[in-house]
Amino acid sequence: MSVSAPTRPTRDPVLLAPISWRTPIIMTVLAALALFGFALFTPAGLESTIELTGASAAWQLPDLVIGSRAAALALVLVAFALAGLSFWTAQNRRRSMAVPVVFGICLVFAFLIWAVAGNASGLPLPFLLSTAMTAALPLIFGAFAGLLCERSGVINIAIEGQLLAGAFLTAVLATVAGNAYVGLIAAPVGGALVGLILAVFSIKYRVDQIIVGVVVNVLVLGLTSYLFSTVLSDDPLRLNNPPQLPALRIPLLADIPVVGEALFNQNIIVYAMYAAVVALHIGLFRSRWGLRVRAVGEHPKAADTVGIDVNRTRYRNVVFGSAVAGFGGASMVAAGLAFTKEVTEGRGYIALAAMILGRWSPTGALAAALLFGFADSLNRVLNNIGSPVPYEILAMLPYLATIFAVAGLVGRVRPPAGAGKAYPS
Amino acid sequence: MTLELRGITKRFGSLVANDRIDLTFEPGRIHALLGENGAGKSTMMNVLYGLYTPDEGQILIDGEPVTFHGPGDAMAAGIGMVHQHFMLIPVFTVAENVVLGHEPTGPLGIIGLEQARTLVREISARFGFDVDPDAKIEDLPVGVQQRVEIIKALSRDAKVLILDEPTAVLTPQETDELIEIMRQLRDSGTAIVFITHKLREVRAVADEITVIRRGKVVGTASPTDSQAELASLMVGRDVSLGVEKGPAEPNEQALEVAGLSVLDAVGSPVVRDVSFTIRGGEVLAVAGVQGNGQSELAEVLLGLRKATAGSITLDGTELLGKSVDQVLRAGVGFVPEDRSKDGLISSFSIIENFVLDQYAQEPYAKGPAMQLGVGRQKTAEAVEAFDVRTTSIDDPVSTLSGGNQQKVVLAREMSRPLRLFVASQPTRGLDVGSIEFVHQRIIAERDAGTPVLIVSTELDEVLSIADRIAVMYRGSIVGIVEAGTDRDVLGLMMAGVPPEEARQEAVEHPTAMHEVEGEEPS
Repeated sequence: MSVSAPTRPTRDPVLLAPISWRTPIIMTVLAALALFGFALFTPAGLESTIELTGASAAWQLPDLVIGSRAAALALVLVAFALAGLSFWTAQNRRRSMAVPVVFGICLVFAFLIWAVAGNASGLPLPFLLSTAMTAALPLIFGAFAGLLCERSGVINIAIEGQLLAGAFLTAVLATVAGNAYVGLIAAPVGGALVGLILAVFSIKYRVDQIIVGVVVNVLVLGLTSYLFSTVLSDDPLRLNNPPQLPALRIPLLADIPVVGEALFNQNIIVYAMYAAVVALHIGLFRSRWGLRVRAVGEHPKAADTVGIDVNRTRYRNVVFGSAVAGFGGASMVAAGLAFTKEVTEGRGYIALAAMILGRWSPTGALAAALLFGFADSLNRVLNNIGSPVPYEILAMLPYLATIFAVAGLVGRVRPPAGAGKAYPS
Repeated sequence: MTLELRGITKRFGSLVANDRIDLTFEPGRIHALLGENGAGKSTMMNVLYGLYTPDEGQILIDGEPVTFHGPGDAMAAGIGMVHQHFMLIPVFTVAENVVLGHEPTGPLGIIGLEQARTLVREISARFGFDVDPDAKIEDLPVGVQQRVEIIKALSRDAKVLILDEPTAVLTPQETDELIEIMRQLRDSGTAIVFITHKLREVRAVADEITVIRRGKVVGTASPTDSQAELASLMVGRDVSLGVEKGPAEPNEQALEVAGLSVLDAVGSPVVRDVSFTIRGGEVLAVAGVQGNGQSELAEVLLGLRKATAGSITLDGTELLGKSVDQVLRAGVGFVPEDRSKDGLISSFSIIENFVLDQYAQEPYAKGPAMQLGVGRQKTAEAVEAFDVRTTSIDDPVSTLSGGNQQKVVLAREMSRPLRLFVASQPTRGLDVGSIEFVHQRIIAERDAGTPVLIVSTELDEVLSIADRIAVMYRGSIVGIVEAGTDRDVLGLMMAGVPPEEARQEAVEHPTAMHEVEGEEPS
């Protein structure tokens, strides 16, 4: 029959959404801010020094020394050009991730060059990236935990508590056993136990997931703080003095200039994270497990009608995801640091933001968490070498970035449709 | 495989949804379950599919008793179901939806997508479907989504296929294609359970008919029985199948809509350049498949949505740009599409719901104080006039049946002088008695000289109350035709075919249902 219903999606030319000028406009404004905020005011005649290789690298590159004013201005001009390019891509309805990313890198470098202008010690770039990785680790695992839970339909606000529990158990057990790796085994157990509370109340008793999550966070914070000030403080040397997790240097790869140290001279948690990204990405989007998890998170009833046990899937994912967060918590004491009250400092919530910014995908969450980690590390490094910007302003940057991220400035975000709603068993 | 239900009883609290049901489904037969909305058909099928556990009774397959702990068990036993609300995941592809739950996997549990695609293509080819395995469900029209549901069931070798109200979202031509598919499946030995309340379809396709009323099997019927006979069996009394109404007598009042366009949340147009006029004393019905901009059109009329272009004038006054409150005060009565979500506050009493749009105005309020006595008295009068069956007007409106809830909405909207009446899906989910009542009330409003706009996806409803019919497709009006236009023509227009072409096409390719209709003088 010639007029039967179309069986393929038909794209109606009139149905095109209006062009969104948001990204190019934001980019232009940011570039203008950079130009008038600092680039124009870079004192002439000063030079910026940037270290390119770390101390342990086999081939040492000489430090990069450039004229501050010229370099900063040049980078900002490139940023303007990229903003212009972005107008063109928007006009042609193309979507490009590369343009905003390169744009961001240009502005960050312009800022760094200005910030270290005339500074004798220079900017230790490999160290900056290396600490960025360390700062990002709890966020990465936290974001993975968040997306593992939320892809199955349970919103995990309790990442904070899971990180905290993981860090606490790692510190205590690693100290008692005198072995840092024992702590790594204990960490996921701590996270999973916290996750079990979340799972039981939100899945079995169908309490609002956000409320349970917040309550669990407060509970874990109270419990670990109490144990810290009583038990741990009594004998910190025997209970809260975890050995450092050694860095495992991968020869050759770690010698790559600029990024080698950050990527390949790290402890085992970082390498575990590489494996986790790959495993989660393939697992969620290619495997049977992932298809079922996503089905449960998108449309639980549909999953139920094809014989998938919705609540069992959710239990498994919440406990597993929470264990992942707990493992991430270990990274906060992995450098041989003692556990302190609220050692997480709200990183669980930032991890949640990284998950949203990364659009519930492991690679996206990784990128977002690295961005937050970089901002965190940047303000520490600049503070150390002495920067013209007040420390407090810099310290706010990651959180400012978070608000924009969560407000959806990065484009249309679509959470799993079934997230946040309990499924009757 | 023969599937048998023996003495199935299912209770929800004090309500007996299924009362000792005995039924047998034979291979190679299309068995229609005919019953009104709320008769208990869907409950029974959910029991059969393992979604509910029966309180009493047994399910037997080929004479052997079986117990289902969940849909998984039912599927393993060879029962497939196409739900009224599709159980498809919108962001997944066709292939992913089809294999979900029984995925072909390689090492490490990686899904064999190529095998999944092949499976979809094989089944599509067998039944002449044209379905792209890689299309995302949310991009597909509902008719195709339904085929995906059928493919899903067949991919699990369903021997018994349950179709729950499958034609509710289809155009007559799509229904026709579905009927063809059902016959094909029957001929290949599948037992088909066809749940519906549409008499015409039952007569077109069923091999045997079981009628269910108030949770009980009340009898069997033959497809050769007349529609009137089936209707009286289904409802339990004689019913008139149409609405008695005289010819429209248009007066000078009018609603004029010109060049109206509306964008949705992401900025794509949902109503495009729509123009029409309704005179006082006539009913314009807007027909179309769900989701073609009709609901949005109704919402714009009330001011719930903003239009990007166009005008809406009621007796010369511009309504566009006015607040909902101003529109209501201008004399617009509005019955929303989803009464439980937008029409009523379910935990509020009948009185509170009745005064909901006027509580701050005379005579229901004097200054800041509500006049509770006035509200009580007016509500009591309206409940009487609209035949709302309730024990007390102080009861929460949620304790009423769907039909009585809708009467409360109508009572509220029609109890003040109207200059325009708009109703979206006024009889969705109602029993036949309530439908008759609602239709009579709408016609009475028309006869009082009010312009009436009815949005409905039910062709039967459109044909029985409209004086003129506008068909919408993808936000545009395909054409406005007179009452009594052939349903095949309307069906083609619902798929976007312009009226003249549709008339020609309908003559050349009449649907199976059309032939059934022809057997009986109406």
